[in-house]
Amino acid sequence: MTANAIIFPIIVHLLTAIVLLFLWRKTAIQRILSIGGNVLALVLALSLFLAVRENGILSMQAGGWKAPFGISFVADMFSSSMVLLTSFSGLAVSVFSAAGIARARMLYGFFPILHFLLMGLNGAFLTGDIFNLYVWFEVIIIASFVLMTLGGRKAQIEGSVKYMAMNILASMFFLTGIGILYGITGTLNMADLSLKIEALENRTLADITAIFFIVGFGTKSAIFPLYFWLPSSYHTPPSAVAAIFGGLLTKVGIYALFRMFTLVFVPDQFLSNVLIVLAVLTILTGTFGALIKNNIRRMLSYLIVCHIGFMIGGLGMYSEIALTGALFYLFHDMVVKTNVFLIAGLIRKLGGTMNMDRLGGLYGSYPLLSLLIAVVLFSLAGVPPLSGFWPKIYLLEAGIMDQYYVLLLALIVGSFATLYIIANMWAKICWKRRQEAEDTLPDEFRPLSNFRKALLVGPIVFLAAISLYIGLGAEDVVSIVKQIAREMKDPSLYIEAVLDRNL
Amino acid sequence: MEVVLVILIGVLYGAGIFMLLRRSMVKLLVGILLLGNGANLLIFLLGGITKGKPPVIDSLSKVFTDSYADPVPQALILTAIVISFGLQAFAIVLLKRVYVLVNSDDLDDLNTPEEEDI
Repeated sequence: MTANAIIFPIIVHLLTAIVLLFLWRKTAIQRILSIGGNVLALVLALSLFLAVRENGILSMQAGGWKAPFGISFVADMFSSSMVLLTSFSGLAVSVFSAAGIARARMLYGFFPILHFLLMGLNGAFLTGDIFNLYVWFEVIIIASFVLMTLGGRKAQIEGSVKYMAMNILASMFFLTGIGILYGITGTLNMADLSLKIEALENRTLADITAIFFIVGFGTKSAIFPLYFWLPSSYHTPPSAVAAIFGGLLTKVGIYALFRMFTLVFVPDQFLSNVLIVLAVLTILTGTFGALIKNNIRRMLSYLIVCHIGFMIGGLGMYSEIALTGALFYLFHDMVVKTNVFLIAGLIRKLGGTMNMDRLGGLYGSYPLLSLLIAVVLFSLAGVPPLSGFWPKIYLLEAGIMDQYYVLLLALIVGSFATLYIIANMWAKICWKRRQEAEDTLPDEFRPLSNFRKALLVGPIVFLAAISLYIGLGAEDVVSIVKQIAREMKDPSLYIEAVLDRNL
Repeated sequence: MEVVLVILIGVLYGAGIFMLLRRSMVKLLVGILLLGNGANLLIFLLGGITKGKPPVIDSLSKVFTDSYADPVPQALILTAIVISFGLQAFAIVLLKRVYVLVNSDDLDDLNTPEEEDI
C-alpha cells in the first residue's frame, strides 16, 4: 500500500458527492449510491487502518512539495482510527437516512452534502498542516450549516442561527491563533511547529497562543462556557443529521485539541490547569442540564457536553494512563452517541414524539427493540462490561495517581448522573404505562414495509455490535489506544515520519 | 505602516466583538464580517511586511540572494477571504430566512418554547 492511499477516504466521499450532485432529483439511485460510497469508504478506511497498524505512520506530501513547505497528509494510529470510526458512523447514518429522511429533504440535496461533510471530517483527521486543518473545518461547518437548515422548519432555522454564529466565531479564533502561530514560528506544518515551539524561549507567548486554540476548538467541541449553542440547536434537525452531528462533529474539535495539545503545545502546568478546570465545569454543567430535560434529544445534547468534559479532563491530566482513558472514551463515544441519536429518531417513529412524559409502554409492544435500546443506553452509561466502563477505570486511575481529586469527583458525579439519566430514560420510554390521551400520537413504524424497518433498525444493530465489541473486546481496543497514547507522549515518531529525517 | 495596521486590527477586532454582542441579527452579521477582516490583516501583519521585494528570482541568479517578501501569508489570506466570503453569503441568506419566518431582527425572539418540540 503506497502513501497515496492516505487520501483515498477523502477522495471517495468527494467523488460520491459529485456523482450525487448530477442525480439531484433521482432519490432512489441517490440512496443506493450513497450507501455504496460509504461501504467503499469503510473498506478503504479499514485497509488504511490495517496498513498503519502494520507499517507505522504513513505520510504523503501533496504535490510532491517536501515538508515543511507543502501540505502534508499524515495517517498515524490516531487519525486512521478516527477515520475508521467516522466511516462506521457514516455508513450507519447513510443507511438510516435512506428510510428516515423525508423525500422532500433529499430533494434539497441531503446525500451530496452528507458526503461533503464526511469528506471534511476525513480531511481534518488526516491532514498534517494547521492551515489545511482550518480549511477542512470550514468544509465541515459549511456542510453542517446546510444539513442543519435542510427542510427549513422554524425551530431548525432558529437553532441554525446560534449554531452558525458560534461556529463562525470559533473559526475566527482558530484563524487568529494560526496567524499568531505563523508569526512566531514561520511554519504551518504541525510536525515542524512541534519542534519550533519546543525550541521557543518565551513559553508564555506559546501559552497565550494556545488559549486561542482552546477557545476555537473548545467552541466547536462544546466545552464550558462555550457549549450553549449545542443544546439549543442539536434537537432541531432530522434524527439522521443529529446523529452525525452528535457523534462526529464535536469529536473533530476534540481530535484537534488532542492533536494540537500533544504535538504542538505540550501542556505545561498552566495549560494543564486550564484544561482541568474547564473539564470539571463542563462535566457539571452537562450533567445538571441533562437532569432537568424531558425531551430525549435535548437531554442527549446535554449528555454530549457532559462527556466532552471526560475527554478534556483526560487531556488535562496528560499522563499516559489519562490519555489512554480519554482516547478510549473518545472512540467509544463516537459510536455510541451516533447510535443514541439514531435511537432517538427510531423512538420518534415508534411513539410520534420525543417528549418522555408522553412516551411509554415500548417494552410491551416491541420487547426486542427495547432490549436493543437498553444495551446501547447502558453502553453509554458505562455499566460493566459494556464499552463506557473501561475508559472510566483508566480516567479514575489517572486521577488518583496524580491526585486531581476535584476532577475525580466530577468524573464520578458525571458517571452516576449519566447512569441515573439513562436508567430513568429507559424506564420512562419502555417500562412506564403510556398515558392514553385523546391525542395519542400514532405509531409510524408498524405500517412500514419490512425492508424499511430493516433500514431503520439495521444501522442501530450494526453500531450496537461495534459498541459491544469495544466493550467485550476491550483488550484489542486498549492495545491500540495505548499505542496512540505512547505516540502522543513521544511525538518524535510522528515528526520523523512527516519531516523524513532522524531527530 | 506596522503601527497603523496594529491599530486598525485592534479596532476591527474590538468593533467586531462589540457588534457580535448586540441583539440585532444584522449587527451580528456585521460583527462577523469585521472580525474576518481583522483576522486577515493580522495574518498579513504577523507574516512580516517586507516592502518592494517580491519573491521572484531574477533570471541571472539561481537562488535568492536578498531578503524577500514571504508569499505564504498572502496565500493564507486569499484562502481565508474566499472561505469567509462563502460563509458570509450563507449567513446572509439564513438571516433573511429567519427574518421571514420570525418577522423580527431580535435574537431574543428566536426561542421556540420546549412544548412545541416534536
